[in-house]
Amino acid sequence: MKEEIRILEGREKQVYEKKSGNTEIDIACDTTSLSGSVSQRACVFCGSRVVLYPVADAIHIVHGPIGCAAYTWDIRGAVSSGPELHRLSFSSDLGEMDVIYGGEKKLYRSLIELIDQYKPNAAFVYSTCIIGLIGDDIDAVCRKVEKEKGIPVMPVHSEGFKGTKKDGYKAACTALMKLIGTGSTEGISKYSINILGEFNLAGEAWIIREYYEKMGIQVVATMTGDGRIDAIRRSHGASLNVVQCSGSMTTLAKEMEEKYGIPFIRVSYFGFEDMSKSLYDVAQYFGEKEEIMEKAKVIVREEIQRYYPEMQKFKKALTGKKAAIYVGGAFKTFSLIKALRTIGMSVVLAGSQTGNKDDYNRLKEMCDEGTVIVDDSNPVELSKFILEKEADLLIGGVKERPIAFKLGVGFCDHNHERKIPLAGFIGMYNFAKEVYESVMSPVWQFAPRKGGLQ
Amino acid sequence: MITETTAKTATQNACRLCNPLGACLAFKGIEKCVPFLHGSQGCATYIRRYLISHYKEPIDIASSNFNEETAVFGGSHNLKLGLKNVTQQYKPDVIGIATTCLSETIGDDVQMILREYEAAFGSDGPMPEMIFASTPSYQGSHIDGFHAAVRSAVKTLAEGGAEKHLVNIFPGMISPADIRYLKEIFTDFGLPFVLLPDYSQTLDGGPWAEYHRIPKGGTPRNAIASTGSAAASIEFGSTLEASKSAAGYLEERFGVPRLDMAMPIGIRETDRFFEIMEKLTEKPAPEKYLDERRRLVDAYADGHKYVFGKKAIVYGEEDLVISIASFLDEIGIVPVLCASGGKSGLMRNKLGELIPDMEEKGIKVRHGVDFVDIENETAVLQPDLLIGNSKGFTMSKKSRLPLLRIGFPIHDRFGGQRLHHLGYRGTQELFDRIVNTIIEQRQNASPIGYTYM
Repeated sequence: MKEEIRILEGREKQVYEKKSGNTEIDIACDTTSLSGSVSQRACVFCGSRVVLYPVADAIHIVHGPIGCAAYTWDIRGAVSSGPELHRLSFSSDLGEMDVIYGGEKKLYRSLIELIDQYKPNAAFVYSTCIIGLIGDDIDAVCRKVEKEKGIPVMPVHSEGFKGTKKDGYKAACTALMKLIGTGSTEGISKYSINILGEFNLAGEAWIIREYYEKMGIQVVATMTGDGRIDAIRRSHGASLNVVQCSGSMTTLAKEMEEKYGIPFIRVSYFGFEDMSKSLYDVAQYFGEKEEIMEKAKVIVREEIQRYYPEMQKFKKALTGKKAAIYVGGAFKTFSLIKALRTIGMSVVLAGSQTGNKDDYNRLKEMCDEGTVIVDDSNPVELSKFILEKEADLLIGGVKERPIAFKLGVGFCDHNHERKIPLAGFIGMYNFAKEVYESVMSPVWQFAPRKGGLQ
Repeated sequence: MITETTAKTATQNACRLCNPLGACLAFKGIEKCVPFLHGSQGCATYIRRYLISHYKEPIDIASSNFNEETAVFGGSHNLKLGLKNVTQQYKPDVIGIATTCLSETIGDDVQMILREYEAAFGSDGPMPEMIFASTPSYQGSHIDGFHAAVRSAVKTLAEGGAEKHLVNIFPGMISPADIRYLKEIFTDFGLPFVLLPDYSQTLDGGPWAEYHRIPKGGTPRNAIASTGSAAASIEFGSTLEASKSAAGYLEERFGVPRLDMAMPIGIRETDRFFEIMEKLTEKPAPEKYLDERRRLVDAYADGHKYVFGKKAIVYGEEDLVISIASFLDEIGIVPVLCASGGKSGLMRNKLGELIPDMEEKGIKVRHGVDFVDIENETAVLQPDLLIGNSKGFTMSKKSRLPLLRIGFPIHDRFGGQRLHHLGYRGTQELFDRIVNTIIEQRQNASPIGYTYM
């Protein structure tokens, strides 16, 4: 029985369809999720945890009951070239008595033991929901341990209910700001950058870093991708901050600009178009040294030449297919729309968990007629639009994947669990290949929507 | 010997999950039910992600989405609004509400809020049934949440009445494939039954032509109602106490006898299960199962030399660990360490009931431990293989020990939801996999490249 799916009362303003005569876009966003709406979002803690996760030579201890640490154990595909402390899961594992009498002592003992055992270069302490209620003074515990152990111990105020994922990003940036400026800037070139908001999923930061280094630019810190405490501490010595994933790291870039006078530019490494622009924009910033731009051009030419023939094969097969995008940050959707166009695909749904008004306005500009734009969507809505718009592909994360597969739709994982790099020129090739392999798979012939038996 | 626990303060790589996860899983086994977590948005999202990565199915869990005001003034408004929205969007028969550390700590009286909600909206037409389980994350582990949800389901819905020709089966946290197998056994015995929770289809179902707000399958509400008039309840779980279990409630409230036993893994425990079935039906086991048993005994003979004297570390939920250990014992593998993040305090004694000479055999039991504790044991105990969920991979890689993946979660292999563990069939599958793991290990370790093993 086919029944109409309606948008929940209280969410109508978070859904917009681009049509002629429907030019006003005033998406309600930047709000907490509607109770009972089954949002795909997580919480403040999640925002902090994902940003700081790839700092590999620090221990990350989650202060609270066991769940928050258990569900974030080795959750991201953020790889390290050296230490791998970030892949361990540490929890103060508060029990009922700790909740009643306070968890400070347990946190203190936990930190001391873990620092003795793992000898990290720093520690991040995440407070979870319950800490916001029982009032543990984690700042005081961190100060005490810092003094005793002689390494930075940063409190991260990420109580789950105190806002949205974005507030978690801010808390993470606050913790990073405590580190920045505490290291020596000796040996840092004038032509130097920090890479912000690149999490080194499947080694993506290494790919990007290599491009910039080939251009003759020094990368001081990759911050939160294959991150190291010492590099973060001296990152205020760089000349420019290059910010991807604007949602999470713009706050940090702004604070660094204010405090250290380091300007920042926003970039994206997804798709040939945006990837090339990321190199050109940096080269342009260092315009006085022309050879940087020359080298950037060479990289772009060589890389695109390398992948172009294969890309044509994908494009031929995929032209006319329709995609739905639902990802965490809105900035990523811009690049994905362009990347999909490169392989002949159009976008029928574009949405994000945490976009803001500017993001959605820009999305509207970019999208075709008939495209649906959503903020903080849920499985029911996503399914509705996938079916109505007859999408052939969904781009999302773990929670979106089964929706696509149930409905006989291809899927590309563009979230933090991915194992294949999708950034850089090679990333665009990987992306096109993954989309091709999912959309063109012969298994969909058995899907009921494509004529298979029910 | 005292059961050892951990000496560390912090938990490192936990060997357990939190209470609400188990409740959500159990609620997925009720027909037309939407699980609902009263707490922060993150709890629902993380748990969905964790479950989806194992079951590969859409798993919607609603949240009351606490914010700062909610935490100060209480969750009543958010919970009511959330229930209204879930009712509108999903049109459920049942909403399964579980608490979190947040709502428990602020002391929300959920039952009172539910009464207020029903008073306010009850006249608007039929309302979904509300099943409420208290599952503070700072207590116990996911398995406690699972049993709390099952118990609260019967507590809410079960009705008494004249005894029916019907048996309840509360199998605990098992795989969808195991659930299907149990249903097959009851059907073949010709014994009407209510199995709760039945997520065999909701978490391992077919493709959709249209969108389904709630996937098909699950134990129907009226079937749960009839559990109060069943002739008996069979309940699996060595460490599950009557005071915390669904069958325990039904026995106390309606006098339905509770027949409790370990999870039937291995021939000895499965025989016990079939004896119960034969007694209840007054019929011999169908020939099909005797055949399964014969094949299994035959396989034991064919494979015994590969496994005898081998040492294994088993970890996971206490009840699963106990039954796997009992099975290993009957094929000659020594479960040198039986470890769990759970802390019922009963594991050692219950295992002793199944393996009376466990001390002489050098079987060690540790509860309340994490993967770092278990990893440290591998260095001392030098086992031949590890048996447990896929979270043991980190230590398996480090200690270069083969890992046989069973139970939940299996996040790094395909088809975890279709693995069998129970009965003759499940034991056969486990035995084949164990033998093959050992053979593969041997084959790979030999430079000769034997093509017959």
